[in-house]
Amino acid sequence: MTVIDTTGNLNDGDIRLSEASARDYWALLKPRVMSLVVFTAFAGMVLAPGEINPFIGFVAILCIAVGAGASGALNMWYDADIDAVMKRTATRPIPAGRITGQEALGFGLTLSAFSVCILGLVVGWFAAGFLAFTIFFYAVVYTMWLKRATPQNIVIGGAAGAFPPMIGWACVTGGVSIESVVLFLIIFLWTPAHFWALALFKMGEYGAVGVPMLPNVKGIPTTKVQILVYAVLTAVAGICPTLLGFASVGYGIVALALGLGFVWYSIKVQSMSETDEKMLPAKKLFAFSLVYLFAIFSALLADRAVLALLSAFGKGF
Amino acid sequence: MDLITLTPAQKRARRGRNIALGLVLFGLVALFYVVTLVKFSNGLTH
Repeated sequence: MTVIDTTGNLNDGDIRLSEASARDYWALLKPRVMSLVVFTAFAGMVLAPGEINPFIGFVAILCIAVGAGASGALNMWYDADIDAVMKRTATRPIPAGRITGQEALGFGLTLSAFSVCILGLVVGWFAAGFLAFTIFFYAVVYTMWLKRATPQNIVIGGAAGAFPPMIGWACVTGGVSIESVVLFLIIFLWTPAHFWALALFKMGEYGAVGVPMLPNVKGIPTTKVQILVYAVLTAVAGICPTLLGFASVGYGIVALALGLGFVWYSIKVQSMSETDEKMLPAKKLFAFSLVYLFAIFSALLADRAVLALLSAFGKGF
Repeated sequence: MDLITLTPAQKRARRGRNIALGLVLFGLVALFYVVTLVKFSNGLTH
């Protein structure tokens, strides 16, 4: 039984009894994106020189994950109008009517403030400032401004998704360095090829909601060329850890193989016919791009683990 | 003053949200407790 005081200023339309479940609020955090953020932030933390208490490291990752989730909730609040039209996003909690926009906005802002403050108090204010900037960049610069304004939206906006390993690095070192910038570049340069592959086979949906994705604005041929250019740049960035000396030659060989795979799938997209409705090469590139990013950061982590083991054995003898 | 009876679905959703919120609050208490211990022990060793 709920008591509602109708003597106040509330109108009937303002009274709404929610049927939103905890799972709906979890969905607002974009858990799949959050998992990638957690993984790359963890990699940045492990690869950084220096030490961090494991529990403090866990809290740092938690804060970065919640901050990423908060920016996802803010993104869903602002994009509810276009989410409702696109098939891929129509079942999200706001367009589906399970959570109101105001609830999502409050949820996102609260989690943003909490994640930044806790990271600042527990780990350091440089990393916390970086997290706050990342949330701002994704929610305001990308979502509110670039996404609906320019076909270069995901190129510039992709920076928000590329910052987590730098934040993880900053949690350990208290700053940034060339190595953390390289980790940033791998994700930053990977994002356009990844998203434009998706945009190719979702052209109709993006066109329907007026989001100026590159294939809709500049056409498919231009998009294909840009995908290839960014795939090559990503492959080069992928081997930079070896070239700069903070990863082994073994990692470099794995990164080169993965990079060549990324370029090869991009070349297959070039030969895709414009009348091809299934766009299988674009779908395969999109799938491989996910494997690529996961594999490249896994390889960096494995490389660091092997070096640590070799170092431990070396000391033992 | 009007009285509104919640539907079973609304009751179920509210209960789920309350449990989730309780778990989050409990987790935060545990988290701050352990962070305090870690920070204090670091302060003592350095």
